[in-house]
Amino acid sequence: MTAKRVAYLEFDHNAASEPQSVSARCAGEWTVRGVALVEPHLAALVSTGAGNIVIDVSAISALDTAGAWLLHRTSQTLERRGATVRLSGTRPEFDTLLHLVATRAEMAEPVKPVKVGFLEDVGLQSWRSLNSLSGMLAFIGESAVAFLRSLIQPRRIRWRPILHNLQTAGFEALPITGLLSFLMGVVIAYQGADQLQRFGANIFIADLVGLAMLRELSPLLTAIIVAGRSGSAYAAQIGTMKISEEIDALRTIGVGPQELLVQPKILALIIALPLLTVYADIAGVLGGMIMASSMLDISYGVFLDRLEEALSLSSFLTGVIKAPVFAVIIALVGCFQGFQVSGSADSVGRQTTVSVVQSIFLVIVADAIFSVIFNWLDL
Amino acid sequence: MNATTKQRPDSADVIDIRDLHTRFGKAVVHEDVSLTVRPGEIFSLVGGSGCGKSTLLRAIIMLLQPVSGSIRVFGQEVIGLNDESALPLRRRWGVMFERGALFSSMTVAENVAMVLHEHTHLNAALINEVVALKIALTGLPADAGAKYPNELSGGMRKRAALARAIALDPELLFLDEPTAGLDPLSASGIDELVKSLRDVLGLTIMMVTHDLDLLWRTADRVAVLDKGHILGIGSMNELSKMDHPLVREYFYGPRGRAAREQTWKKK
Repeated sequence: MTAKRVAYLEFDHNAASEPQSVSARCAGEWTVRGVALVEPHLAALVSTGAGNIVIDVSAISALDTAGAWLLHRTSQTLERRGATVRLSGTRPEFDTLLHLVATRAEMAEPVKPVKVGFLEDVGLQSWRSLNSLSGMLAFIGESAVAFLRSLIQPRRIRWRPILHNLQTAGFEALPITGLLSFLMGVVIAYQGADQLQRFGANIFIADLVGLAMLRELSPLLTAIIVAGRSGSAYAAQIGTMKISEEIDALRTIGVGPQELLVQPKILALIIALPLLTVYADIAGVLGGMIMASSMLDISYGVFLDRLEEALSLSSFLTGVIKAPVFAVIIALVGCFQGFQVSGSADSVGRQTTVSVVQSIFLVIVADAIFSVIFNWLDL
Repeated sequence: MNATTKQRPDSADVIDIRDLHTRFGKAVVHEDVSLTVRPGEIFSLVGGSGCGKSTLLRAIIMLLQPVSGSIRVFGQEVIGLNDESALPLRRRWGVMFERGALFSSMTVAENVAMVLHEHTHLNAALINEVVALKIALTGLPADAGAKYPNELSGGMRKRAALARAIALDPELLFLDEPTAGLDPLSASGIDELVKSLRDVLGLTIMMVTHDLDLLWRTADRVAVLDKGHILGIGSMNELSKMDHPLVREYFYGPRGRAAREQTWKKK
């Protein structure tokens, strides 16, 4: 059955009667599914054909636009090469189709693939990076202005979205932040215990876990979790809203997207991230404490006594003070990348990825800067 | 109208729906819907918003599972058909969605070419040419092929969606609201297009529409749906003579009358 559903083409070079005459007999189904095989033969006809060419289409059982296009293209190119082409045996329904294809073909113009050279590509990428940088600066400026405005007029602050964001970015992140931080505490104690035991300095496990978690690890860990959870969500949400013209709709209603979408997110994260960091501090120390008691036989009471001596208020504050800065970075980058989305579904995915990568990168850079500053200040 | 149906054997009908029941949760969408679409005709579903027109279309193209009943397309039962056995059927029809549903990350030409690449063995150059021809067939300018869907106006997007729907030269074409959201000029362009597709390519067309102008100009037969029931099936002339209050309201409301008069003038 499949054999019947393809197009056929037979040549008859009747050299005896007329030296320069070819007749081609078409048969079978000249449809989009059937013509793939005859196309090379038609190309051969085009390259060799000259003189009088008769294309007999009477045996074609089905013809669609693809088949009609092939016939049209073949006879057109042949004629341009100086041959005379005649279609014989056409039926009325073929005629209308061929006529339609012929008239429409004048308007048709295949899309030429655009090739981008290496230099052009480098230029384009640099241009985009520069654009994105200036866009980011403009966005930071806009956010700052919106923030100042709401400081002057506190009634403009939208509490409902802030509370909603506090719940999704803060409260709902509690389980994962707690668990990961707890495990981090366990891991540090586990790694440290072995080393400390060698020097008989078991009790310093409290110093190790306490300082590492409070000063460095829990702010960083929390920021990375929140960047992955909420920063990406911000980018995807705003990006999708942009595609479906919801952002434009907000503007026409007279509600600034900054005011409704960006600011609540920044404010909510500024509140949520320090709280999550404190929570992560507790969970991490708890993990270290349990590990210390099970591996080094340090009771909870002894551990906590030592912890009190080891930690000063400044070691707690140096950790927590970073959190609002990280929060601003994550929220700004997430929202900015959301606004960078244009047009396609692809773009949402791309900007979401960029938002997570960029915010984690910037968080770590900021953390390094904090370390340097704290070092100067002898904290 | 039943006389002709009886003369034909059932298998000749392109679409044959019997006693269809559809439900969304507890909400009944269709109750005992039966209709047939004959080869080469332009069949239209009409009715108020939410009467289940688009749902019926989605059931036929296997995007939705009805509760009971039978839907035969080209003589084959589609309810409960698995993806593999549905493929040959899916290649024989094209669907144009209400909002175009063009793939946003591809250009218009790539959207159309994608279907050809998936289902035919044509070489890339020929596919490019066929794509350009399809784009021209729908009346889009040649430079539209290189554009992305979000760069097109609503009317052009509809045409691009139509170009993708006819990429494989289907025997059956489903159009969901082909003229919704278009200016009158573009809409009447679509009218002509639908007609010429049927006349030249010999397509069977099933469409869902609110557009009375489109109905008067193109539809051979129309089914009026209301609250999950079919109120009547027939040509526009037959339906406009029906006594059912809803049908009368539909055809003799201010807009219905205007559309009808316009057609009379043309005739």
